Amino acid sequence: MDTSFKTSIQDALHNANLTGALGKFSEAYKVNRARAYEGIDFEALRGTIAERKSAAATHLRELAGRFAQNAEARGAKVFLATSPEQARAYILDVARRSGVKTVVKSKSMASEEIHLNAALEADGVTVSETDLGEWIIQLAGQRPSHMVMPAIHMTKEEVSDLFSKAVEERLSADIPRLVSVARDTLRPRFLEADMGISGANIAVAETGSIVLVTNEGNARLVTTLPKIHVALVGIEKLVEEFKDVAPILQALPKSATAQALTSYVSVITGPVPNTDGTQKELHIVLMDNRRSEMAADPQFKQALQCIRCASCLNVCPIFRLVGGHVFGKVYTGGIGTILTAWFDALKASEDIQGLCIQCGACKEVCPGKIDIPELIMELRRRLVKEEGLPFMQKAIFAVVNRRRLFHSMLRAASVADKPFASGRFIRHLPMFLAGLTDGRSLPAIATVPFRDRFKRIVQPQLKEKAAFFAGCLIDFAYPEMGEALVRILNKAGIEVVFPDAQTCCGAPARYSGAYEVAAQNAIDNIKALSLDEVTYVISACPTCTAALAKEFQATFESLGMTEWIAQARALAAKTVDFATLVAKLVDEGRLSFEAGQALGSVTYHDSCHLKRTLHAEQAPRSLLRRAGYEVREMFECDTCCGMGGSYSLKLPEIAAPMLQRKLQNITRTGAATVAMDCPGCVMQIRGGFDQADAPVRVRHTLELLDDALGSNSRS
Amino acid sequence: MFERFKSKAEEARAEIFRFPDTPAAVEFLTAWLRQEGASATPGSAALFAEAPYLTGPVRECLTRIPGVRFDVSREQAAQAAFGVSQMDWALADTGTLVQDATAVAQRLVSTLPPVHIALVPTAGLLPDLPALLSRVDPRQSGYLAFITGPSRTADIERVLTIGVHGPKRLIALFVDDLKARA
Repeated sequence: MDTSFKTSIQDALHNANLTGALGKFSEAYKVNRARAYEGIDFEALRGTIAERKSAAATHLRELAGRFAQNAEARGAKVFLATSPEQARAYILDVARRSGVKTVVKSKSMASEEIHLNAALEADGVTVSETDLGEWIIQLAGQRPSHMVMPAIHMTKEEVSDLFSKAVEERLSADIPRLVSVARDTLRPRFLEADMGISGANIAVAETGSIVLVTNEGNARLVTTLPKIHVALVGIEKLVEEFKDVAPILQALPKSATAQALTSYVSVITGPVPNTDGTQKELHIVLMDNRRSEMAADPQFKQALQCIRCASCLNVCPIFRLVGGHVFGKVYTGGIGTILTAWFDALKASEDIQGLCIQCGACKEVCPGKIDIPELIMELRRRLVKEEGLPFMQKAIFAVVNRRRLFHSMLRAASVADKPFASGRFIRHLPMFLAGLTDGRSLPAIATVPFRDRFKRIVQPQLKEKAAFFAGCLIDFAYPEMGEALVRILNKAGIEVVFPDAQTCCGAPARYSGAYEVAAQNAIDNIKALSLDEVTYVISACPTCTAALAKEFQATFESLGMTEWIAQARALAAKTVDFATLVAKLVDEGRLSFEAGQALGSVTYHDSCHLKRTLHAEQAPRSLLRRAGYEVREMFECDTCCGMGGSYSLKLPEIAAPMLQRKLQNITRTGAATVAMDCPGCVMQIRGGFDQADAPVRVRHTLELLDDALGSNSRS
Repeated sequence: MFERFKSKAEEARAEIFRFPDTPAAVEFLTAWLRQEGASATPGSAALFAEAPYLTGPVRECLTRIPGVRFDVSREQAAQAAFGVSQMDWALADTGTLVQDATAVAQRLVSTLPPVHIALVPTAGLLPDLPALLSRVDPRQSGYLAFITGPSRTADIERVLTIGVHGPKRLIALFVDDLKARA
């Protein structure tokens, strides 16, 4: 990772204005967004948008042609620009020919993408951004930190300093006063400008219309007062038919700012009259800049379904800590990482792709139904292919890929970590590893791993069998969880088998972009776990379950290793997470809890993969309630705890504040215990409470159920 | 549908009124303009964009009100305190007013003055956006304007502030006998 990138993260994390504003906004956003979508079938709506946008992306060039034809039939001039250079040259030429001295602009990310302001200014044209946030950014000489709210990182005091300089009058930091200064200062510029420049939120091929969505009313002035209007439009804004405007307009304001509709929407089709009775000169620049290439890429085509609402930024637990400027480019956040890799260069995403913890929060809210986390993984895979894995990681995966060496190193670590362990935790690590135990203790490696303990467990001989996939954390750090799982399944009449040849599920390798390593892990596990006599392959780690149930196939598909897909599918069909299987067993009456137990209060932390990949968030809650626990929901129960596999090792400075927020939300419920279904989350959260010396118990759901059933059998 | 529109539009901070006929609406409007300070003094004018209801006695009555003008221009609009126009449709589910604003006067009176007063035919009420899109052809209407509440921003510290570049107040007068566009 680049050191200047690490420094920019540190700067952002220590910028209290930024983290305060973004934190407050992200909390309010979730509530307001849910309210805005009340009574609307979001899944159906985004299904329609994804389908319409995907259909458009399939023939972008053809739609661009139809758009041009229809807009020109109405009197507009349409220019198809392949590159940013062409787009800039065209606009500069229009300006020169008409002797344009001043330009007013309404917000356009496409113009940021091609650095249009700089080009116009170099040509002697005065450019005024008129969107309030954009104007603030322009006065500050910065880049927008958010696609929809460009100046969200600035305080009113900073804005009043900027405005004071601009109007040469000392202004107080009173927001309504600052807004009225902007109105008064920019109004004459609208009236005097020779040219208005806008973007477009939608371009309709069928009618040659462009659709502009704003709240401030600046786009209406930009498109009404100057005699020349230039709209710069990325070709991904194209839709086929006029009726396709409806679903996008229904979702965009709700997802962007939690509004039913923005104050203004303008649908412009061809030139309209100017105030002096002449017809407006309307130029529409359709810009490709690698969007066609993207459309031709089977993986990345879906990124063109983006409607630029920025909800992926708003729900991102990382973005709210670091803001947009660490992304270093025009487009920020999850989708910004993907767009930067294409519009700029793959290499430009090398550092920023690492910011994604793969929690999946963005995927849930994306109105274009884009699998952003998956596309970021694909960037990782391509980066590793082009650039190679960083040295340290390569060394680690070389070990992980050789099961015996990996396992014997973990065993050795159980002895080696003794000097640093305190009870069941490693509280401090020496030298360069010290950052890993900042704010969190790591679990001590178990002296006897589960694979050895299993051999000593005496089980009844039962007809139905399940293979247990332990995963590294249960095997080597939390073997007692594995033992509890065996007890619970035995009570339901299922005998557990533990295939010894199982190894790492491959998630760490896959999440680092090392797909070949992940594929080898998958093959080893398929061989170990494909047993005819078992009905289920059960795992108590959602990340492992997701690997077995979904990612093995995806990895093989990405690498073209089709010969393994059938076997991966067969394994997936048997794979089930602990909570889902046990809930089923309880429903079938094969396992029951003693009625009327009062086992105390528990709050539940949703692990990312259990909730957003496996969609199994109800099963553990219902099991805990049926067992006799009182479940108290915490604020942001499904926000990532900051573990993210090796993420907390690579970016501990981001993972640590995520953990602190989680600990705070848990503590605020007053519950004595926090339950979760992922041993990785247990490691993160238990370690956090250990270091904070807090009395909250951190348990895997299966441990709590084992407790409840234990008292059952004793009675 | 009107009640739904009203509650949605009020959420967006528009002020909504309804009248059985045009004379009642115009009577209210003239009283309201007087009360809000419309006058012949510069900067206090009420600028009316042409609309079918502005004929006969209604127009004569309005003409007698000090400050009322019909000569919409860029300069007049930039000076006026009030802009008055007739909208074509209203969307109940978002509290939105919609107008074919191809004629520049319609845009001037609804963008530049600090207060925009919109007369709306109650018969132009539609349930939602898809209902509207199936009725209009953008090739016939070069500039379709959708207005939901006054101009707003939250660009400084996410604090909602009304009236940035457009009107600071939006007042919609629904009139039951006003003819809707086909």
